[in-house]
Amino acid sequence: MSVQNWTYIIVTITFAIYIGIAIWSRAGSTKEFYVAGGGVSPLANGLATAADWMSAASFLGMAGLISFKGYDGSVYLMGWTGGYVLLALLLAPYLRKFGKFTVPDFIGDRYYSNVARTVAVFCALLISFTYVAGQMRGVGLVFSRFLEVDINTGVIIGMIIVLFYAVLGGMKGITYTQVAQYCVLIFAFMVPAIFISIQMTGNPIPQLGMGGSVIGENVYLLDKLDGLSTELGFAEYTNGSKSVIDIFFITAALMVGTAGLPHVIVRFFTVPKVRDARKSAGYALLFIAILYTTAPAISVFARVNLIETVSNKEYTSMPEWFSKWETTGLITFDDKNNDGKIQYVADKAENELTVDPDIMVLANPEIANLPNWVIALVAAGGLAAALSTAAGLLLVISTSVSHDLIKKQLKPNISDKGELITARLSAVVAVVIAGYFGINPPDLVAATVALAFGLAAASFFPAIILGIFYKRMNKEGAIAGMVVGILFMLFYMMKFKFDWFGGGTKEDWWFGISPEGFGTVAMLANFTVSLLISQFTPDPPQEVQDIVENIRIPSGVGEAQEH
Amino acid sequence: MSLEKQKKYWKENLRYLAILLSIWFIVSYVFGILLVDQLNTIRIGGFKLGFWFAQQGAIYVFVILIFIYIRLMNKLDKKYGFDE
Repeated sequence: MSVQNWTYIIVTITFAIYIGIAIWSRAGSTKEFYVAGGGVSPLANGLATAADWMSAASFLGMAGLISFKGYDGSVYLMGWTGGYVLLALLLAPYLRKFGKFTVPDFIGDRYYSNVARTVAVFCALLISFTYVAGQMRGVGLVFSRFLEVDINTGVIIGMIIVLFYAVLGGMKGITYTQVAQYCVLIFAFMVPAIFISIQMTGNPIPQLGMGGSVIGENVYLLDKLDGLSTELGFAEYTNGSKSVIDIFFITAALMVGTAGLPHVIVRFFTVPKVRDARKSAGYALLFIAILYTTAPAISVFARVNLIETVSNKEYTSMPEWFSKWETTGLITFDDKNNDGKIQYVADKAENELTVDPDIMVLANPEIANLPNWVIALVAAGGLAAALSTAAGLLLVISTSVSHDLIKKQLKPNISDKGELITARLSAVVAVVIAGYFGINPPDLVAATVALAFGLAAASFFPAIILGIFYKRMNKEGAIAGMVVGILFMLFYMMKFKFDWFGGGTKEDWWFGISPEGFGTVAMLANFTVSLLISQFTPDPPQEVQDIVENIRIPSGVGEAQEH
Repeated sequence: MSLEKQKKYWKENLRYLAILLSIWFIVSYVFGILLVDQLNTIRIGGFKLGFWFAQQGAIYVFVILIFIYIRLMNKLDKKYGFDE
């Protein structure tokens, strides 16, 4: 059976499961819509958090990116997992004890100020929208390549599916579909990895195969790859080329950004108790780590396979996958010296092949000649990853509007039913906007996703940490810190990514820190400003200080939940 | 619930955090980034050690750290009667 038929079958089955779950678990109240009624088990929440967190970028993009960057790609691996340690130790238990529905809720109440709440809503919306556009793009990519529909039709189909279960089920529907999506995506990620690991190294565990030796040759896989890379003029795979300071700051920005992302934080509001919040953070990272430790192995396998398949080979002898990806424009070949062979080298003037890193995970099973059903499975896994993250983000957007803006500020008397309808309507609007950006992506999708992490690091993280660990932090300090952090981050991104404020090149970066790593600097600026300002302004009122005392103690969650 | 008890509980909690976060920092930022070149001279099978920490080891340690934290805190909650 052809790849396309297999894809139709597997995608249809998985979509039917998601829709079935959505109907079974639809939300009846705002509490169910926002936090799944607060009754999700830690295991289910861990699975859902893992699916929520692992987006099209983790599933489709990351292994490919590492495959081209080698050691430099470690920033994503450490950054996107290390953030969970911060989340589990510094945020999740206390925010759960606080027991509200959203991150702006915490900021607004802890800093007794609607200005702080509004700043937080603005950040949450900005972060979530930039992120969700990328997910929709991922959905479109999978549809266009494997079901051979137009990329826009793909985006629209994805929109309808997400709309269905996000609007109907709210957090409750999303949680249980995400559990199913985790199972689909991890199975889809692991099967080809195991197959290829056995093929190349004889070891069925990819994490070990990566450090094993190549079958039939007396050489370690990583040594072989280092050799191939230097031969073609690339940096040694295990050494990379970024500066130490940049690697350090990017890793920190991604870690702290992860811990500050609203769609991840809200997941910890859905479990019954503080101890469940800790436990589900542990489960979440465990489930994430399965994919994140496999990804670098896939990167190595894919890189070796790609070089061996294309380097110095006749263009006419390329396998079928090569031409299929060529038609999408994601692989291009330009025979500069007209010898009919593919020269794939680091030197830009001589290099004849460009491969978009985004396709490596999708193309990998084809490059390794795996059976058609495995290729189809990977497509379904990519969709699961993109849809689950998109749904989580859309929920944050709709909650920010219906709860933090309308219920908490504009129309406090709105009934629970009215609020639920508003939440559903905002979800619909959010899906449509996200779909629009999926179809007409800004040129800077990748840049803006990095911006999302920088913004989360520069705004939410310090405000939440200080809110928990520093009782005397007041609204003046927190608001000033958030505003300075965001503006500082935006300024640097715009200067070096969008060429505003005089622009600048790599040589002009401050201390050699790239815009991706600047979130760390902006975060430090936020901390400094917050602490400084709070020294010269009045202490927070006693009842706020009592709240802080209260969230530090894990027992008595029930009371805190009441509004 | 006495204020004294709360303060003591919080202090022990902070001590755990300091220890666990130091390990978190060492395996990723020190082993995976700052000392990566030095560690790369040591090999375990096909892996250079620094590279292994950056792409595998740090992640395993992160997972273990959270589960140790869960155990420590559950014990601490019990000790102070904050478990439910």
